[in-house]
Amino acid sequence: MQNALKNPRLLLWLMFAALVLLPFITDALLGRGWVRIVDFAMLYIMLALGLNIVVGYAGLLDLGYIAFFAVGAYCYALTGSPHLALAFPTLFPDGIHLSFLIVLPLAALLAGGFGVLLGAPTLRLRGDYLAIVTLGFGEIIRIFLNNLNAPLNLTNGPQGISRIDPISVAGVSLNSTQNILGITLPSVHLYFYLFLACTALVVLISHRLERSRIGRAWMAIREDEIAATAMGINTRNLKLLAFAMGAMFGGMSGALFAGFQGFVSPESFSLMESVMVLCMVVLGGMGNITGVILGGIVLALLPEILRHSVVPIQQSLFGKTLIDPESLRMLLFGFALIVVMLYRPAGLWPSRLRRRELQTDEAAETI
Amino acid sequence: MNIFLQQIVNGLVQGSVYALVALGYTMVYGILGLINFAHGEVVMVGAMLSLSSLGLLLGWDVSPLLALPLSVIIAMVGCMALGYGIERVAYRPLRHAPRLAPLITAIGISILLQNLAMMIWGRGYHPFPVLFANTTHSFAGAIISDVQIAIVVLAVLIMAGLMTVVHHTRLGRSMRAVAENQHAAQLMGVDINRVISLTFMLGSALAAIAGLMVSANYGLAHYYMGFLLGLKAFTAAVLGGIGNLRGAMLGGLLLGLIESLGAGYIGDLTGGFLGSNYQDVFAFFVLIAVLVFRPSGLLGERIAERA
Amino acid sequence: MSFRIFHALLFIATALVLSGCNKATNNDTNAAGELIVRIGSAAPLTGNQAHIGKDNESGTRMAIDDANAKGLIIGGRKVHFELISEDDQADPKTATIVAQKLVDDKVNGVIGHLNSGTTIPASKIYNDNGIVQISPSATAVNYTAQGFKTAFRVMANDAQQGRVLGEYAAKNLGAKKIAVIDDRTAYGQGLADEFIKAAQAAGAQIVTHEYTNDKAVDFTAVLTAVKGKQPDLLFYGGMDPQSGPMAKQIKALALNVKFMTGDGGYTPEYIKLAGDAAEGSYASLPGVPLSKMPGGKEFETRFVARYQPIQLYAPYCYDAVNVMIAAMQKADSVDPAKYLPELARISLDGVTAKIQFDAKGDLQGGAITMYQVQQGKWQALETLGATH
Repeated sequence: MQNALKNPRLLLWLMFAALVLLPFITDALLGRGWVRIVDFAMLYIMLALGLNIVVGYAGLLDLGYIAFFAVGAYCYALTGSPHLALAFPTLFPDGIHLSFLIVLPLAALLAGGFGVLLGAPTLRLRGDYLAIVTLGFGEIIRIFLNNLNAPLNLTNGPQGISRIDPISVAGVSLNSTQNILGITLPSVHLYFYLFLACTALVVLISHRLERSRIGRAWMAIREDEIAATAMGINTRNLKLLAFAMGAMFGGMSGALFAGFQGFVSPESFSLMESVMVLCMVVLGGMGNITGVILGGIVLALLPEILRHSVVPIQQSLFGKTLIDPESLRMLLFGFALIVVMLYRPAGLWPSRLRRRELQTDEAAETI
Repeated sequence: MNIFLQQIVNGLVQGSVYALVALGYTMVYGILGLINFAHGEVVMVGAMLSLSSLGLLLGWDVSPLLALPLSVIIAMVGCMALGYGIERVAYRPLRHAPRLAPLITAIGISILLQNLAMMIWGRGYHPFPVLFANTTHSFAGAIISDVQIAIVVLAVLIMAGLMTVVHHTRLGRSMRAVAENQHAAQLMGVDINRVISLTFMLGSALAAIAGLMVSANYGLAHYYMGFLLGLKAFTAAVLGGIGNLRGAMLGGLLLGLIESLGAGYIGDLTGGFLGSNYQDVFAFFVLIAVLVFRPSGLLGERIAERA
Repeated sequence: MSFRIFHALLFIATALVLSGCNKATNNDTNAAGELIVRIGSAAPLTGNQAHIGKDNESGTRMAIDDANAKGLIIGGRKVHFELISEDDQADPKTATIVAQKLVDDKVNGVIGHLNSGTTIPASKIYNDNGIVQISPSATAVNYTAQGFKTAFRVMANDAQQGRVLGEYAAKNLGAKKIAVIDDRTAYGQGLADEFIKAAQAAGAQIVTHEYTNDKAVDFTAVLTAVKGKQPDLLFYGGMDPQSGPMAKQIKALALNVKFMTGDGGYTPEYIKLAGDAAEGSYASLPGVPLSKMPGGKEFETRFVARYQPIQLYAPYCYDAVNVMIAAMQKADSVDPAKYLPELARISLDGVTAKIQFDAKGDLQGGAITMYQVQQGKWQALETLGATH
């Protein structure tokens, strides 16, 4: 371990190889369902990294983050399904079917625009007031999506949009099993590689941002907004930028989600989802990319691990199923959240800066 | 006109319930600066406990007149114990942790309580037993029932009682001292832990009463009922200025009124373009508008800008 | 890396391998040497629809136990049916995870999901893997309109049921001015929209359309708005946790209307929650009353003795399993690809109705029965044949 750590390039290559092989190993050991779970985990990691910019770097508590995911998902759904033909039969007789490579940046930009829209009226708010306004924003978006089936059927309301085109990259549809260079790649594997590439992009951008002037300015705002202003930081623009950047990642993830699922409906974007993403960021370790990724993995996988293991563990311990697995599953999930935070209040893998703060000044309370 | 009056009555009743729950949020926030996300779940436990004990007592042929206060007491005691436990387990160890850490434990507690309640009380909806004939009264065309009158009156009484406690008792003074400055309060001989525990217990007792009221008014209790109620009450607390008791009351009543008037008139106001499906949008827009002009809520103090 | 994290990761890895180590195959046998046939059940078992989800699971379980008691022989081998029940949390994303898990578990067929919002995304996965899916309760028209050969349902869709309800309200009950409330879920909105179309076509006027949500308990504001329009009938598209308290509040507000809901209101829970305000309200339920079908009454007695009063869709789940097994018997195979054609042309007397599917997988000629609460009990009024 020590030797490998000393050679970062080797470590990087090892990780890369492990990630490339991951879907095959998972498929062989655990089954294809787990590849799908890992796919969803990647989407959540992207979301968590996006929220990390807003909450972790800039210190703005956002409880409505899932709205950007929704904007991205509906952007892809509307431009990649026959649905718009219902609203504009003359304009788009078959709906719009844009290429994925156009829709992805479009979804990100649109979500970014919504990020600025949310950011603008909330610039003066802090802490919990900001939390409730962002929560409201998330609900407003969801309610609009849920109701814009009349007078003009834009979103198909609660029925959701189905028959969304599967994502295809360079003419290769990711929705069916493909043979590439003699290797059989099922649909979930193909999506895995796409999501992996997108996640890598998000990680890279996050990493560059963290070290940049912008990133340091965000952290200055997080630590002390007045001092940051005094240092000549344009807090207004930077806060808006944080919202926009975070939202863009969310929108990107949303577009991928819509293509992967083939169906979107407003119930996927409830408040509980925002809370879950926030839990990933905080539980993993705010402001630290590795921590946030870890948080995303743990929280996306934990309910599924519990789903698979609650019954076998009870059987091996007591010889029978005492408590029905569904109740126990979420119970243990709640329990895990508490225990992790009690033992690691700064997250599983906190940022170095944060750890130092905690050691030097216990009473320093920052977001 | 009587329709308008009826909407005001609807809003006041609903608002009183929000206000009672909002008080619990605001008390904890005032002292710890922490959103107690599990508070809605305490309300749910209160409703369930009072319902179960009521069922038991009625089963033993206790007269309803006696059974009702008894079950309120049982629920209050149970919720106080729960509130104390939540604070001890989930918040006290994290008092000096980063501010979002207790938020996550609160969410954990909330999920935990929901699922525990599901295991204990089952997945079904529990109807509230009919204890008294719930007669309705008509004032100028608006109809209000006994239970609803009781809710509004009780909410006002509890509010008055709470103000007395906070401003005219030793405990209240300690609470305000802790809210002002924990370290200074400690130096002046205030037992912080005790005060915080008592605050949680007081808030939970209020939650128990609110839970009973909600289930009596709507005739049902369910293990999932705390979530939405908690969310609405939290909104109300922020609207009024979180940390401020009068603000919670005002925010609760206002939110109730906004919702009922919004649901009733949004269609007419927008010429039928938006309907009561945008009721919550309307409420959140009002909230955002208020916060844009008064960033600390209606009655919130303007805290000196500090990071 | 801190050791705690390392331990946590180690634990996760162990748990994963533990849970994955017993992989299913298509040809598993149990200790008695019988071929194991797995039937998946997917419904929300947590969250605010858990009581209905559990009811679905119980209906499926009972049908499976019944089939096992018969000791069926399919393809020359004695078979043992096994239930794999999963919680989809009424969440579309979880639904696809659950669907993929059921596929991995090598189920021979799936009974589910409960909601339309989960049934539709999951149906794509079942279709891709050639697994037969029978939904006992999804009503969205879209579900069977996707062109999936594997998708069936033993429940009338929104269009079928909404039409009967709308015509009944306008013609049989003679309602002239109708108010509609829906809960903005796929189910409530879909049903309400079809109801409106049918009622208008039958000559009634929709005086107002108000909305609530599936977690609300207070409807006084929308009901007051409804009162201002003075309708003579109020239709609610949604489930019993809302319609129960709503009936109560209708009475408290002295709103003098006939109250009508769809199948989501036809539950014992509704009467419990509405109390004496339930008296006189109407609801519909696809199919024929249990008492009129062969074996229906007997099913109900046994179900109640074993679990609890039927909530809603348990009989449909029971039927869904039975038609699936009947198709397996006819094809003499438990392979979905082989019994699917038999299922498509099956005709079987279930406990809810005579079950036959049309080309899309919808219930053919689905009869719909109107009920009314009389003396604190749901009483069947008449069965209306929905003609195609």
